[in-house]
Amino acid sequence: MGLLSLAIWLPIACGALLLALGRDEQAKAVRWLALLAALASFLITLPLITGFDVSTAAMQFSENMAWIDRFNARYHLGVDGISVWFVLLTSLITVIVVVAGWESVTKRVNQYMGAFLILSGLMVGVFAALDGLLFYMFFEATLIPMYIIIGVWGGPKRVYAAFKFFLYTLAGSLLMLVALIYLYFQSGGSFDILTWHQLPLGAHAQTLLFFAFFAAFSVKVPMWPVHTWLPDAHVEAPTGGSVVLAAIMLKLGAYGFLRFSMPIAPDASREWAWFIIALSLTAVIYIGLVALVQKDMKKLVAYSSVAHMGFVTLGFFIFGELGMSGGLVQMISHGFVSAAMFLCIGVLYDRMHSREIASYGGVVNTMPKFAAFAMLFTMANAGLPATAGFVGEWMVILGSVQTNFWLGAGAATALILGASYSLWMYKRVYFGAVTNDAVRQLQDLSAREFLIMTVLAVAVIWMGVYPKPFTDVMHTSVTELLKHVAVSKLN
Amino acid sequence: MNNMNWLPVYPEIFLLIMACVVTLVDLFVKDERRTPTYWLTQASLAVVAALHLNYFNRGETLYGLQGMVVTDPMGHLLGFFAAVAVIVSLVYARPYVQSRDMLKGELFSLSMFSLLGISVMVSANNLLVIFLGLELMTLSLYALVALRRDHPVATEAAMKYFVLGALASGFLLYGMSMMYGATGSLSIPKIFDVISSGQPNKGVLVFGLVFLVSGLAFKLGVVPFHMWVPDVYEGAPTAITLLIGGAPKLAAFAITMRLLVDGMMGLAVDWQQMLLVLSVGSMLVGNLAAIAQTNLKRMLAYSTIAQMGFMLLGLASGVANGNTLSAANAYSSSMFYVITYVLTTLGTFGMIMVLSRKGHEAEEITDLAGLAKRSPWLAGVMAIFMLSLAGVPPTAGFNAKLSVLQALVTTGVEFYIVVAVLAVLLSLVGAYYYLRVIKVMFFDEATDQAPIAAPLDLRAVMSINGAAVLVLGIFPGGLMAMCAQAIVKALAT
Repeated sequence: MGLLSLAIWLPIACGALLLALGRDEQAKAVRWLALLAALASFLITLPLITGFDVSTAAMQFSENMAWIDRFNARYHLGVDGISVWFVLLTSLITVIVVVAGWESVTKRVNQYMGAFLILSGLMVGVFAALDGLLFYMFFEATLIPMYIIIGVWGGPKRVYAAFKFFLYTLAGSLLMLVALIYLYFQSGGSFDILTWHQLPLGAHAQTLLFFAFFAAFSVKVPMWPVHTWLPDAHVEAPTGGSVVLAAIMLKLGAYGFLRFSMPIAPDASREWAWFIIALSLTAVIYIGLVALVQKDMKKLVAYSSVAHMGFVTLGFFIFGELGMSGGLVQMISHGFVSAAMFLCIGVLYDRMHSREIASYGGVVNTMPKFAAFAMLFTMANAGLPATAGFVGEWMVILGSVQTNFWLGAGAATALILGASYSLWMYKRVYFGAVTNDAVRQLQDLSAREFLIMTVLAVAVIWMGVYPKPFTDVMHTSVTELLKHVAVSKLN
Repeated sequence: MNNMNWLPVYPEIFLLIMACVVTLVDLFVKDERRTPTYWLTQASLAVVAALHLNYFNRGETLYGLQGMVVTDPMGHLLGFFAAVAVIVSLVYARPYVQSRDMLKGELFSLSMFSLLGISVMVSANNLLVIFLGLELMTLSLYALVALRRDHPVATEAAMKYFVLGALASGFLLYGMSMMYGATGSLSIPKIFDVISSGQPNKGVLVFGLVFLVSGLAFKLGVVPFHMWVPDVYEGAPTAITLLIGGAPKLAAFAITMRLLVDGMMGLAVDWQQMLLVLSVGSMLVGNLAAIAQTNLKRMLAYSTIAQMGFMLLGLASGVANGNTLSAANAYSSSMFYVITYVLTTLGTFGMIMVLSRKGHEAEEITDLAGLAKRSPWLAGVMAIFMLSLAGVPPTAGFNAKLSVLQALVTTGVEFYIVVAVLAVLLSLVGAYYYLRVIKVMFFDEATDQAPIAAPLDLRAVMSINGAAVLVLGIFPGGLMAMCAQAIVKALAT
């Protein structure tokens, strides 16, 4: 069994075991087992990056086995510079989520931990799958644990949010399914994604395929105007759910653009790039403004996620090395930063059971250590230099300016808006005089919370100061992809 | 073809003998729980299933009884799954019927006779044999629905089922007589030859075809011949609903194949259009009506209508661009669909019986509330069934939908691709009400706190059933290959 298979199936097996055997009375043992499983899965993914050959754009750590003969679908896994970081990110975030839910989750602990472990394995599967059907199976299957997580451990409107999440995503991905089957037909009976990359397709077919994939991935990213499920899902999901949703699940969509839309339908991608860019800019500017007026902290961060993901799609569809790498860096950094932001809200929520900005004020007086961490993450969210948030945005803006000055100018407003909503929220929640008794009685971070905050803080600063290891890994794959997209498939 | 070959009908002969034996033996059983009858029935059914599987593995096509029956892998594969379905139904049904004073010898002999009818249908090679099998099956089922004769709802359902079923049989018979009039034969291969020769009057043929398809549509329960489905599913005791909703679907698929494909391939262009209309109508009505249901059995009945509609898409896409190149692919996808559907249905209705107890029918959707707390295991299994019906991977239902969609898209005809997109969008509607069941089980608080008193063997079979649906979701290759092989053989003759 290869490393990727292990990274997929170990957490799933452990999660299934917890679901099947765990009892409510054994919460403590369940937590430790879950942590052990998450750590083991994380350790398994480490060799993927240490043993990664940065000089080639080919798939590495490949596994290829027969799976469903009738469809000629294969169990084909592999990672390249585009996907490898997300495998790592997924397993790391899972560890953090398990630790973060240590005390705050008391109801059906085994199901909670089991669902997150299974989800983690499935998401690794999405990033590693090189077979269209396998990809689709993983992509779709991630909905099930997330649906349960939001619905069982979520807030008061959790049922509505869970349904909206599930049906929105399903609607998009069902159209993608038809596209996958169409590609299977056009390629003469193959579900191999790499074969599809080389498949010549007419302009009409490419356009239809592009929009079928667009339906699936734009909902997942989410892009304006199909983003409305995200604020609901984020607000109602438990902290762990929000973290995974923001840090990884949104990336599944953006990743899909790079793995499917662009290489399979390059001509349509170039033709419709203006469309994606327009939607992305709308997300960056309009959603940035929407974030500004939110009263609920989680909603604010949710909208800021939409705006940040707008940056990612913008970077991709200007078809430049800087933009694409920038988008990818932004995806990883957003993985850390949004996870940290939601964890911070989780820390406050566990103590006060409120997400309203207005119920806080002066938190820095009672929780100085926490406020320091929160400051770092808020700055990163605003895109302050020397934090992870800056690098990706900077690269995307540079790339946009190269393409068109006004595009760059539009994108750059995000920095202003990002700073406004992030810092204004920070000011209202943390600074000022202590306004009420509940805040006065807040306890600073526990050792457990301190630990996860530290891990994320290190990641955020490391990415901000020295992003080279990240870009190095991507470089070859990104240039190869750009070269591929530049060649027309029309014949 | 014209010799008296008994070999092909050994499973049916054995089943007939054992059904009579069971009826006789039961007269001497004093046990309230009917233990000897039960085990004798199960053992006989297991032997029948084994015989069918054995014949399937031999992969031969034989004709018997002077060409009245044909034994081919398709018939035996369907026969095998029908026998398995009846076995599983009886396991699920036993505690349920016992607590409702329905555990009598008739239950066992009638279910065996209905299986005999199914067995006859799947291997029929003659219009009259099809009709005989159909009547044997449906008459047994009418009686089964009425088994609880002091129960007004069940009696009403039985009447409704009987009247509408008789009407459908009339349609079918009328269509058959038209076919006979046009082609001069009742033998399916003969009919095929005569139609291919182009001699018969096309008008009479198509006229008869309309009646045949209507009759089949009644049996499959597709729009606009679906009205009996919700009422009968809801009104019949759940154990009997299981017997109606499970194995007979396989038989309906089989006779559709025998009549339309084996017999009237020459008219494919005509009946494909009819099936497409039935199919789209069923998906539309079934999915939309299911949303409004609060009764789980009714909801599942409407979902059945939608599922059968989806299944018909495969049958309707066999002949495209004027050739039959993709026929095997299309029909085997439908066959896979119907088999996985039956497996899933067994579980869903079985679950209703697990949760029911004396004096309490757990047939409202709200009766499932908080099941995840009362029994996480059963809730998980039920969730698998629901996801499978919704077509979410990694469950069998996804692969079934995938293979039918693939059959549609690989015809390469733009019209079929549009139909595929439509089917996909309607199954999105379907996802909503299946998800609602999961929501009730996992997100809602339990209203019913009584412990679940399901015996161990039932739980075990239920778990195996759930595991089968999951495994067929991850490794569907084996069953798909079996279906493909069966269909290829059936088309070759």
